[in-house]
Amino acid sequence: MIPLSYWLVLGALLFCISVAGIFINRKNVIVLLMAIELMLLSVNMNFIAFSRYLDDMAGQVFVFFILTVAAAEAAIGLAILVVLFRARSTINVAELDTLRG
Amino acid sequence: MPIETILFFALSTVLVIAAGAVVTLRNPVHAAMCLVLTFFTSSMLWVLLRAEFLAIALVLVYVGAVMVLFLFVVMMLDINTTPLREGFARYLPVGLLIAAIMAAQMIAVLGTQHFGFDRYAAPAAVVEGSNTEALGRLLYTQYVYPFEIAAVILLVAIVAAIALTHRRREGVKTQDPGKQTMVTKAERLRVVKVGSESKEGRGA
Repeated sequence: MIPLSYWLVLGALLFCISVAGIFINRKNVIVLLMAIELMLLSVNMNFIAFSRYLDDMAGQVFVFFILTVAAAEAAIGLAILVVLFRARSTINVAELDTLRG
Repeated sequence: MPIETILFFALSTVLVIAAGAVVTLRNPVHAAMCLVLTFFTSSMLWVLLRAEFLAIALVLVYVGAVMVLFLFVVMMLDINTTPLREGFARYLPVGLLIAAIMAAQMIAVLGTQHFGFDRYAAPAAVVEGSNTEALGRLLYTQYVYPFEIAAVILLVAIVAAIALTHRRREGVKTQDPGKQTMVTKAERLRVVKVGSESKEGRGA
């Protein structure tokens, strides 16, 4: 059998990979959105592992709601990305400095 | 070694490698494909955790809808990725350092001394009843109000995504019901005075 610790470490590794991805891809909005999805996945992994080892279905219900909100977030984020590309013809984060004083 | 442990380690290796490929690959389409592999592998891992409904939901919702949306956007926007890659090598050491520190900290806390079998006993290998039924029972009774809110959030997301990306085209004839109902008699009706004709045929 696998102890709970292994699942938590797996979730932690996924989270660290996505944090590193946000650092090294800080210009590309699409990869930033993908890294956020990875983070949510690692959180979901922890929720489901605890739900199994504590024998409590509430964790799975929470994962259900996280999936819902993540889908909504991805849809709106990509819509904003499309509008941004139409307006500026670029998705480079470094060029989005209109609000800088 | 039991089959479950072998599966866990094999799937975890694939998961970590695919997640690493998502954040390092040059081509966004390849990164999206690796993200699909990541989601698929974690859905297999969730089956190992006896969360069958959520595993299928992850494949249907993420691989089926969200990742197709990602691929659609990546392919629709003709993005030049060369300027997006500059700074990759510069930020790579910082990112790796921070990730390594975070991983070391979390692994130190999450080790088997705190979350091993002595604190969290191994769950029963066979779960009685259907996972979908248990989840549905909870969702439609205890969590029915958050469930409704989640439905409203999805509706808001649909409306927002369409409202953001919708483009009003020029030169298309459409009805404007507001204008139609606000119209007045003076705008539409013109009374023309026409003189009566005499018997000779010519007008007065």
